[in-house]
Amino acid sequence: MIKFDKVTKRYPGGHEALRSVTFEIAKGELVYITGHSGAGKSTLLKLIAAIERPTTGTVLLNNQNIGTLRRAALPYIRRNFGMIFQDHKLLYDRSAFDNVALPLAIDGVAGREAGKRVRAALDKVGLLNREKAMPIALSGGEQQRLAIARAIVSRPAVLVADEPTGNLDSNYAHDIMALFRSFNEVGVTVLVATHDAGNAEGRLLHLDHGALTEGVPA
Amino acid sequence: MQAWIHAHQQALTLVLKKLRSAPFAHLVMAAVIGAALSLPAGLYMVLANLGNAAADIETDPQITLFMTLGANDAATKEIDNRLHKHSGIREYRFVSRETAWHDLQERNGVQGALNGLEKNPLPDAFIVHVSSSDPATADALQKEFSAWPQVEHVQLDAAWVKRLYTLLKLGEKAVMILAVLLGFALIAIIGNTIRLQILTQREEIEVSKLIGATDRFIRRPFLYAGALQGVLGGVTAWLILFVALYIFNQSVEELAQLYASDFRLHPLGLQASLILIVSAALLGWLGSYWSVSRYLSKL
Ligand SMILES: Nc1ncnc2c1ncn2[C@@H]1O[C@H](COP(=O)(O)OP(=O)(O)OP(=O)(O)O)[C@@H](O)[C@H]1O
Ligand SMILES: [Mg+2]
Repeated sequence: MIKFDKVTKRYPGGHEALRSVTFEIAKGELVYITGHSGAGKSTLLKLIAAIERPTTGTVLLNNQNIGTLRRAALPYIRRNFGMIFQDHKLLYDRSAFDNVALPLAIDGVAGREAGKRVRAALDKVGLLNREKAMPIALSGGEQQRLAIARAIVSRPAVLVADEPTGNLDSNYAHDIMALFRSFNEVGVTVLVATHDAGNAEGRLLHLDHGALTEGVPA
Repeated sequence: MQAWIHAHQQALTLVLKKLRSAPFAHLVMAAVIGAALSLPAGLYMVLANLGNAAADIETDPQITLFMTLGANDAATKEIDNRLHKHSGIREYRFVSRETAWHDLQERNGVQGALNGLEKNPLPDAFIVHVSSSDPATADALQKEFSAWPQVEHVQLDAAWVKRLYTLLKLGEKAVMILAVLLGFALIAIIGNTIRLQILTQREEIEVSKLIGATDRFIRRPFLYAGALQGVLGGVTAWLILFVALYIFNQSVEELAQLYASDFRLHPLGLQASLILIVSAALLGWLGSYWSVSRYLSKL
């Protein structure tokens, strides 16, 4: 379903974030992407979610080549992914409810159906009673969970999480990892970038200075 | 379809919410746009009134046909026949060379000058009143008459009407040019206010794009905002003109009474008002389309 073939990503300015990376991820897999800070984990996830395009090599998503796709087609590709960003990217001038409702609005889901799904997503992450709260009034962990709720609300085929446990204590981190596993168990492909794969159970993709050393944990 | 309706409804709600949260800023913008729009619209209104007044005045272009000096009765009769049958003529009158000569001699002051002439130098003539006040028709008739047999010269006596119409045409062109120029200015002005709105919503746009929003989805509420801004400006322009007209008509009324005339300036008609407001909305729409597209292309 996701296939990288000798993918190199060079950012403007010349920095090579990924070097000739080749791998394949099948539907329903649970994959951890590990590596030191600056190894290229976020870059890899952005390429997978069609947010960035490769400099050389090919990225195939469901056999569609992201590198050659029209710009106008990218939004529809992106909707297949529930993305949890490293910096959350929550909207601080909107309530928790409205933040989670955004992907649904983009997808054209509205009204009562949207409300139902937003509440279901908030319930999943334990924030149902905070739907009216503004993100700024939520703790760091709650914000993280709000970001997760937004990623799962449109029931994506692939969940992509960039360091979702980055600033959480280990209990929280454990809960969230359990949540991801539960999604994986119902068939969702889950990709998690993390700098410590201590308790990771699943396939590992390890990055070192942009190069892939598959299955070799840090 | 339902999703489509909802999407627009959603965008509209967003815009109205924004309008409610910043009424003063919208009011100022409406005043700026209104003032700019009221210039060409006002000029148009004045021209429309002048055009009406010109049509009301008995312009009645008069054409004089002079026969050749040697024209005989048969030739004169032929012309008389043709004029009689002609549909573009309201009335005409024959002035024989004798009558004209007589009239001229009667006139004071010319007596001395005419004494030297023993023969009547004047030709037979027809004085024709055209039924249409359109100078183009009169022009056409002049050409037609000139080609008739034994007609020496055809004189059109409507130069000032022609001049007035030419001036009105010129005025219409000025309105067009002014409207186009101000249209561009308004697109830029509205585009710029939309740009400021975009900047305050940068994060929302960025996040929306990252999670799969199309450009169209992002553009939609801004297009509504721009169009709404335009409509508010158009309505303001209309109100400005209405008030200006009211003040102006008070003075015109006094003047008209002195001249025993019932001349008044009339406000913009329904059609012109609609055109004003719709084009204002269109300018707002264009301005914001331009602004959002420019922003999206840089993303
Ligand atoms: N938009 C960008 N422009 C230029 N360079 C970038 C950009 N994004 C990332 N980089 C560079 O690419 C390299 C890889 O970045 P990336 O964010 O993928 O690392 P990471 O593995 O996610 O690190 P971290 O664990 O700190 O999040 C880094 O050296 C970074 O400086
Ligand atoms: Mg990162």
